Amino acid sequence: MSQRWSSAELPWLPEPPKGAEYRAATRACSDGAALQALARHRLDGNQLHALAKQLARLRESGAELQPLIPVRLALLANGAVDLIAPALIGTALRYGIALEVWKPGHEQVVQAVLQPDSELYTKVPDVVLLALDYRGLLESGGFEHWSMLRGALASKLVAPVIVQTVAPPPEAYLGNYSRRVETSSRALAAEFNRQLLDAAEEHGDLLLDVSALAGSVGLEAWDDPMQRHLYKLPFCQRFVPLYCEHVARLLGLLQGRAGKCLVLDLDNTLWGGVIGDDGLAGIRLGQGDAVGEAHRAIQQMALDLRDRGVLLAVCSKNDDARARQPFLEHPEMLLKEEHISIFQANWTDKASNLEAIASALDIGLDSLVFLDDNPAERAQVRDALPQVQVPELPEDPALFPRALLASGAFEVLGFTKEDANRARSYRAKAKRAELRAGSRDLGEYLESLEMRATFNEFDGLGRARITQLIGRSNQFNLTTRRHSETEIRAMEDDPEVHTLQVRLTDRFGDNGMVSVVICRPVAEAGCSAWVIDTWLMSCRVLGRRLEEAVRDELVRAAQAAGVDELWGQYLPTERNQIVREHYPKLGFQKMAPRGEATVEGECWWRLRVGGYLRAELPIEVVRRSS
Amino acid sequence: MSEATIYERLTPLFQDVMDTEIVPTAVLRASDVEGWDSLSQIRLVVAVEEEFDIAFTTAEIADLPDLGSFVALIAHKAT
Repeated sequence: MSQRWSSAELPWLPEPPKGAEYRAATRACSDGAALQALARHRLDGNQLHALAKQLARLRESGAELQPLIPVRLALLANGAVDLIAPALIGTALRYGIALEVWKPGHEQVVQAVLQPDSELYTKVPDVVLLALDYRGLLESGGFEHWSMLRGALASKLVAPVIVQTVAPPPEAYLGNYSRRVETSSRALAAEFNRQLLDAAEEHGDLLLDVSALAGSVGLEAWDDPMQRHLYKLPFCQRFVPLYCEHVARLLGLLQGRAGKCLVLDLDNTLWGGVIGDDGLAGIRLGQGDAVGEAHRAIQQMALDLRDRGVLLAVCSKNDDARARQPFLEHPEMLLKEEHISIFQANWTDKASNLEAIASALDIGLDSLVFLDDNPAERAQVRDALPQVQVPELPEDPALFPRALLASGAFEVLGFTKEDANRARSYRAKAKRAELRAGSRDLGEYLESLEMRATFNEFDGLGRARITQLIGRSNQFNLTTRRHSETEIRAMEDDPEVHTLQVRLTDRFGDNGMVSVVICRPVAEAGCSAWVIDTWLMSCRVLGRRLEEAVRDELVRAAQAAGVDELWGQYLPTERNQIVREHYPKLGFQKMAPRGEATVEGECWWRLRVGGYLRAELPIEVVRRSS
Repeated sequence: MSEATIYERLTPLFQDVMDTEIVPTAVLRASDVEGWDSLSQIRLVVAVEEEFDIAFTTAEIADLPDLGSFVALIAHKAT
């Protein structure tokens, strides 16, 4: 895929055969299973149409439609939905459903719903899709109109109802001010959607979030005035496959189809590079490197899904010990061994491993979702185990989370209180609320953060992030000296330099590497000292007393090295006023400048390390050595 | 763009949309093709817009009598 990734094309599905080949494949479908296999491709409106026609032909000829499940859908929509109905039938095949669509006559939704003997009720639908759009609703009574229809349905039907939010028209007559005027289309749509959510909750309806869908692809693309005027289409025809895919997902959920386990490949998926070739220090993961951050975001997505109740498993072609090493030793790994329910790293084919995972977890193969950067592995698994969901992925791992989530693999019918209790995001929010209520002073607040600082010398694993911090930090940076990655690499082995990298975790998670210090020993006038060449800290951990913990660590190391004093220099810039009083606050005394002042306002500070008493700090300290 | 080039690019679109193997010509009429109705005509118009990277106006499409004039319209728009 060289084009820009867009959910409109359903890019998580594999490419279908093209042209005459596709038409021939459609006509060759002689049973339900063949139709479903073809429907699992990235089909456009025409291709879905052709598939629906073939289903109709098979029905007529009385062919075997197993394993397809018959579902009758009542499609209650304003505007022309003749293009949508066949595409819905084609798309439902993807989810193993042989759909029959009933729809009222043109603009006859109200009559169909309100007449007690209407076909809507005599046909006894399995599911109702109440697909009224902005024009169908807000130009005919808004939420009250909707509510009347929904109430009438409730009094006569027990079938589940899918309701949809509305996308506002892109035209805003009051420009940026629109939202602030109740009668503007934006305000009306927002208010309608809010009321709809409450009502959906009350009725136990399934929600189709058209507003979010239209927003994802762009309101101006979604709403096509020409197609509306010419053909009464409720939205641009190009998005019919996407809309139908979302409806079909909900139909699939009603049949009990749900992703339960995310199976993760390792190399070039959870991290950049190959652990077996590149080694622990060579793989790309975490802050300081754009590719490394992309892979870290994939791990974060996996963790978020796990918090939502999704099981995680690993399936990788690797030696087991090698594959586990990053989980155990790499500081930027968000995923730990304990998060992984089943760890399959071996040289057997992935399909066999997926079968082993499903059987070990005692769930169906159709509950597995397999994330792998390698197109060949994906094709092999899809071929061997068509039940497993294997989303196609774009080349760039930065888009993996979007592609996986847009594929709907982890769509849910509901999110219960129990689910919410599991969810870390909710848990974290609750914890923060609890803190605000319970923290009377800053000290208690800091105590409650349960901070832990990890000190280490520079090493290969931290190099990228150290380089980034040194290259970018401007505010909490005493000297703003930039050092290249080559220089930093040289410092790792230089006994003449004392270095420190600092990571900070708290009860809300890992803040990553947040502080860097470089000291160079000197001996002048009978005194041996460490000159602090660089001291910087990420501003997101300001006010946590971390700089005091760093000072104590420097003092401890200097004492151990037999050094008498620490000498700190402040070089003012336009950006680093925040640390003007850094050294005096930490108990340093002013000293005479060393050499000629290079910058207006430069000053020097000293701290004797002998007999120094360390501070009581709310931070637990851990030391690692490389 | 010549009409011959247009027919060359239009043919696979037409066949996809109408779900047919019939090769479109200027004299082909809706009644000649089983799947050619007002709905498939919409899909054809949209497919042509994407393929030739052009946009028709509401009036142009509303007044379209047959395939030959559709091709002439494409030739006029796709320079």
